[in-house]
Amino acid sequence: MGGPRVSGLALLVAATLAAGTPLALAGMGLLVNERAGVLNLGAEGLMLVAAVAGFATAYHTGNEWLAFGAGALAGAAASAVLGWLVIWMNTNQYATGLAVSLFGAGFSAFVGLGLVGKKLAEGGPRGIPPLRDLPLLGPALFRQHPMVYLAVGLAVALAWFLQRTRPGLVLRAVGESPVAAHALGYPVRGIRLAAVVAGGALCGVAGAYLSVVYTPLWVEGMVAGRGWIALALTTFATWRPGRLLLGAYLFGGVTMLQLQLQAEGVEIPAQFMSMLPYVATVVVLVLISRNPLWIRLNMPASLGKPFFPGG
Amino acid sequence: MQNRTDLRRFAVGAALAALAMGGCSEKKEAPAAAPPAPAAAAPAKPEPLRVGFVYVGPVGDAGWTFAHDVGRKAVVEKYGDRIATTFVEKVPEGPDAERVIRDLVAQGNRLVFATSFGFMDSMAKVAKDHPDVRFEHATGYKTAENLRVYEAKFYEGAWLAGILAGQMTKSNVLGFVGSFPIPEVLRNINAFTLGAQSVNPKVRTKVVWVNSWFDPPKETEAAQSLMNQGADVLLQNTDSTAVLQAAERNGKYAFGWDSDMSAFAPKAHLGSCVLNWGVYYDKAIGEALAGTWKVESTRWGVKEGMVDFVRMPEAAPETARKKVLEAREGLKSGTAHVFKGPIVDNAGKEVLAKDVVADDAWKGAVNFYVKGVEGKVPAGK
Repeated sequence: MGGPRVSGLALLVAATLAAGTPLALAGMGLLVNERAGVLNLGAEGLMLVAAVAGFATAYHTGNEWLAFGAGALAGAAASAVLGWLVIWMNTNQYATGLAVSLFGAGFSAFVGLGLVGKKLAEGGPRGIPPLRDLPLLGPALFRQHPMVYLAVGLAVALAWFLQRTRPGLVLRAVGESPVAAHALGYPVRGIRLAAVVAGGALCGVAGAYLSVVYTPLWVEGMVAGRGWIALALTTFATWRPGRLLLGAYLFGGVTMLQLQLQAEGVEIPAQFMSMLPYVATVVVLVLISRNPLWIRLNMPASLGKPFFPGG
Repeated sequence: MQNRTDLRRFAVGAALAALAMGGCSEKKEAPAAAPPAPAAAAPAKPEPLRVGFVYVGPVGDAGWTFAHDVGRKAVVEKYGDRIATTFVEKVPEGPDAERVIRDLVAQGNRLVFATSFGFMDSMAKVAKDHPDVRFEHATGYKTAENLRVYEAKFYEGAWLAGILAGQMTKSNVLGFVGSFPIPEVLRNINAFTLGAQSVNPKVRTKVVWVNSWFDPPKETEAAQSLMNQGADVLLQNTDSTAVLQAAERNGKYAFGWDSDMSAFAPKAHLGSCVLNWGVYYDKAIGEALAGTWKVESTRWGVKEGMVDFVRMPEAAPETARKKVLEAREGLKSGTAHVFKGPIVDNAGKEVLAKDVVADDAWKGAVNFYVKGVEGKVPAGK
């Protein structure tokens, strides 16, 4: 009796890692944005544009990595527009982000019309060759797409970059106090734009992962709210890459657990389980907002505020 | 000087306003642009019958709407310049639908098909205002003097799929990805299970609901969790190819739904439950042209050619395929019935007495799982 249960658990872990990866990638992109003081509410739209770009590239070239590249480029390009608007034109970050999100949804649906119903070639077996055949651990951890492991590596690298390197310190300084950074001679606008573009590229990789690896097909709106979950994750993680990765797996895990419980015949209404991840977000938001120390310690002080170098 | 600039400003403003208004009225007609005028209709010939279609999805969805559009193209082919068809795709279920239907009527369409359950009330409202136009609503139940309904017995396709699934499963666990727990979908789950049990009494069916008709990532996740729980043959009542593709990646089996999806999963595909709406559109347009159109409810299945199960692969043993074909013949000749008593629900209660064949009222009120389906029907809806 224990056997199938344990192997079921291993499969649940595997599904959780796969489901959490796009959230983690997009979340880290947004974390970079926000650490530099720019709130990017356009994430959902960026991911959609990147998803269609990635799918089109994979469809025509058959190469996943080119598809990720195309997704990153599309995400970077769309976020550069957002960056120019909010950093140079000083447009309201909330309104601009929402506009980019809606634009991305419509634009991706339009350019993707011809790709609906198309199919990608199946890749070979995934995973790390000697480890993938281990009992239990193999199916749980080592049969994933390389992007799943890259996301973990990226979280480590990002934490190191932000906390231990000089450019990371500058990035955080720009997010904390653009005025001080400007007085020290750092090009605040340029740094913010670089952060926005880099973050957009990561959102793009997440979008391409969805349409090329996770559900290899293109339909409009297929990101289905993951951009918004990624946005919630940055706050959920109090702007720490490690916590963000765990949060992404937690969100992915709740989704998978919900479906798993249904398949096991546990009598919990599916609708109730579907709303759990969002309830969790709200609860965490309330908890961390009640603790001023957490917020003040980690939240970039200039988040969402425009910066005028002259003024 | 000052005056002059003001004047100029005013002129520019007026021009802009005129432009904006012009843009508006043009937009209103935008959905109207589609009807391809019948090529060179000679003046002697009678005006073509204008026929409008309201679709809920994009025609490229490879599923439900795609199947309706294939039916539309079939009647265009058959009737040539005697009809002129227009379609409006991606119409949301709700107030917008009423506007679209009214637009179609205003454009001169005299026969209008609405192809989703959620268009029911909008259509009934417009039908009341236009007694001279004939309306047809798919999968609904409201009729009026100029409004009738048509539906496919899609559960017959699910039943045939079940017969093959029951023979192909090694784990004796089947999986079903459900959209919403409404009678239409519950019928399909039950028919799939009954079909499988008719050849393999040990079969059990696990169900996962995704609460959507179309959410590919979620359909993928649902399929994945069913396979994690040991299901090795899957069917879905959702509209994308995601479940089939997830089965392909995991080396399991699944079916196409709505239209032939064999190209999406060469190894996993065990057959597709397809809808052929063309046979009904042919009948309806033929009647409208001949003046014999009258209000009725049409429910067609395998017998009439509206539902079918196609493209069984060579990989399935011949004996297994033969059993499916026999059942299909039974449906064609009217000797086989999907819902024939005794049927027991999964709490052990008899829901259909021995040898009774279910009628439409029974089928319309299905709110239970048959024996062999695990779990409980979610409350609500």
